[in-house]
Amino acid sequence: MTVSEWPKQAVSWFDERLPVFTFMQHELNEYPTPRNLSYWWNFGSLAGIVLVVMIATGIVLAMHYTPHVDMAYDSIEQRIMRDVNYGWLMRYVHLNGASMFFLLVYIHLFRGLYYGSYKAPREVLWWLGIILLLLMMMTAFMGYVLPWGQMSFWAATVITNLFSAIPLIGDQIVTWLWGGFAVGNPTLNRFYSLHYLMPFVIVGVVMLHLVALHMHGSNNPLGIDRKEERDSIPFHPYYTIKDALGLGVFFIVFAVFVFFAPNFLGEAENYVRANPFQTPAEIVPDWYFLPYYAILRSITFDIWFIPAKLIGVTAMFGSLMLLFALPWLDTSKVRSARFRPIYKQVYWVFVVDCLVLGWVGANRPEGHILIIGQVATAYYFLHFLVLMPLIGWFEKPRPLPDSISKAVLERPAPPAEAGTGGAE
Amino acid sequence: MMRRGILAALSAAVIGLGVGASVSAAEFEAPPLQDWSFSGIFGAYEKASLQRGFQVYREVCAGCHSMKLVAYRNLSALGYSEKEVKAFAAEAEVTDGPNDDGEMFPRPGLPSDRFVPPFANDQAARAANNGAFPPDLSVLTKARYRRMGWEGSDYIYAVLTGYHDEPPADFQEKYREEQKKKNKDREEKDKKEIKDFQVAEGMNFNLYFPGYQIAMPPPLADDGVEFADGTKATVKQMAKDVTTFLAWAAEPEMEERKRLGIKVILFLLVLTGLLFALKRKIWADLH
Ligand code: HEM
Repeated sequence: MTVSEWPKQAVSWFDERLPVFTFMQHELNEYPTPRNLSYWWNFGSLAGIVLVVMIATGIVLAMHYTPHVDMAYDSIEQRIMRDVNYGWLMRYVHLNGASMFFLLVYIHLFRGLYYGSYKAPREVLWWLGIILLLLMMMTAFMGYVLPWGQMSFWAATVITNLFSAIPLIGDQIVTWLWGGFAVGNPTLNRFYSLHYLMPFVIVGVVMLHLVALHMHGSNNPLGIDRKEERDSIPFHPYYTIKDALGLGVFFIVFAVFVFFAPNFLGEAENYVRANPFQTPAEIVPDWYFLPYYAILRSITFDIWFIPAKLIGVTAMFGSLMLLFALPWLDTSKVRSARFRPIYKQVYWVFVVDCLVLGWVGANRPEGHILIIGQVATAYYFLHFLVLMPLIGWFEKPRPLPDSISKAVLERPAPPAEAGTGGAE
Repeated sequence: MMRRGILAALSAAVIGLGVGASVSAAEFEAPPLQDWSFSGIFGAYEKASLQRGFQVYREVCAGCHSMKLVAYRNLSALGYSEKEVKAFAAEAEVTDGPNDDGEMFPRPGLPSDRFVPPFANDQAARAANNGAFPPDLSVLTKARYRRMGWEGSDYIYAVLTGYHDEPPADFQEKYREEQKKKNKDREEKDKKEIKDFQVAEGMNFNLYFPGYQIAMPPPLADDGVEFADGTKATVKQMAKDVTTFLAWAAEPEMEERKRLGIKVILFLLVLTGLLFALKRKIWADLH
């Protein structure tokens, strides 16, 4: 055996015992992928990379952080930000990474909404995505509490208090969550423990997400299944390079925030030490929670004997739970909004509705803001519960192309779509 | 179409952020934006200003405000020599111990000590200040910025220069207008009488402090300090210098951060350019 051959031999020796190399060859190299994926299909892998960045920086931060109400703030603002070599870098990457993670995942989710990626046979893939979003939200919330600033403390208080809306046992649950009769040291300790644990649970669910994805492969901008051989191309090198290019662009955006506007996305008030005796003028969550916060605070009225708070909490959780039923709420057989003239319009109205909810969430629920919030909340539910089923029934979809390659290779594309063809 | 929709969505988002920033609890004038040497991507702290600012802090602010996160050794970043830093530290008295006899003992401060606070605890600070608490200044500039509004340093400069013996006449006029506007939204029985703004007992009028009044008496007066470098100590000069010092204290990593950021982004631009070329080449045979 020549020197150049023995690594190959070693690889096949190992592979016959544990097929990691075969697996990688199948799932990352040959893996047949639709030839027409647009850059909207980059966001899943970007999210995966940010997850790794978050875990890496988080582990370094954990080496210097002290989870105690008297020391947490100093361990970050004093030790990590000033004394630890490049501690400020780790901290700002982790802080802004959380925002970036949500930004990417929201784009990823809205990509799925536009192209009908949640429809058969990808329902379980979609469910796993929603579970990932829920896990991310829990992780982000607990992480936000760790610096023990004013917003940390009061966000923890407000959010844990939501559980008191549960009839009969609500108050006991809150006490149990706190580990005492107020948010305090036991709360901080358990949040820290869970904040370290959850990302690894997320990694596990991401694996399942990918297994589910690879069962049927990616959906695509046309939303039709692959029929001919030339509809697919191997993942490597085509999508490895496309993902790498997307990563480069994303890292530039990320770096602009980390190095030049590290506190732009955060709340200034969190640089004030937690003070249980002084409620801040405004308690607002980070931007990625604002739409849910708006839904929660829009419900200001009791219905019959059900108190407003319980309805608000239910509406807030419901807004996410609803997504699980989406594959059946959407009654259209056509996946991609490109061929759905009515849904396409309604989709963008829904996007604006979510942004409006975000804006409402950043403001006090008073006067016209409250009204706008209530209308936007109602529309959110209307979109899923009424519009989605109705449009599916009554809309006349445009004719679907015979196959991906016919549509992509044998131009001209239909005139209405001519503008987007190049970018996708 | 996806592209047009995104534009609409983005503009909605930008409008949303802007309006979101304009709502607050207690009213105050928005601080005017200043031209800081340390803002912008190439911004750096001006050493002479930092040293003057530290002098203002030491001689004026340190009587009431702590800066617990900053250590004396950090002062070398202001351009002081090791000897000078030692001397600054030694001015403070630190309680150390216990010694071999089990006693706590006072000793002069060392460069490794954090700035010694003026009061033993928060209660003592309140007691000495009519019940008002002078906040720690270590990260104040980071705690007082407003997204899409102003920098923390603009706010601090505005408060330091925003005192008036009496609320000015044009302020009172505006204040009345504001009240009238609010009354319009109120029910008949909740309408309030329109009055001039009254400064409460023991408070000081300040245009830029939330609620227009502040417990801190005007800390700066012309020639309140005598600058070592001979700069004339006007209120504006002192306010500018001490704010620069506080900005440094809050973000001592800022210069290094921006320098590294420029390198990282240049690197990423080149890398992304190469990846772009490679992507075009690899995909060429598909189209
Ligand atoms: C930790 C967060 C997540 C990670 C790391 C992740 C990762 C990925 C990756 C790598 C892909 C394949 C590439 C792509 O299509 O972009 C993918 C596809 C997909 N993901 Fe996610 N995802 C996450 C969260 C979500 C969420 C929140 C949802 C929706 C609720 C979701 C729904 C989907 C769907 C439907 C697909 C298939 C899309 C298609 O083929 O058209 N994912 N995900």
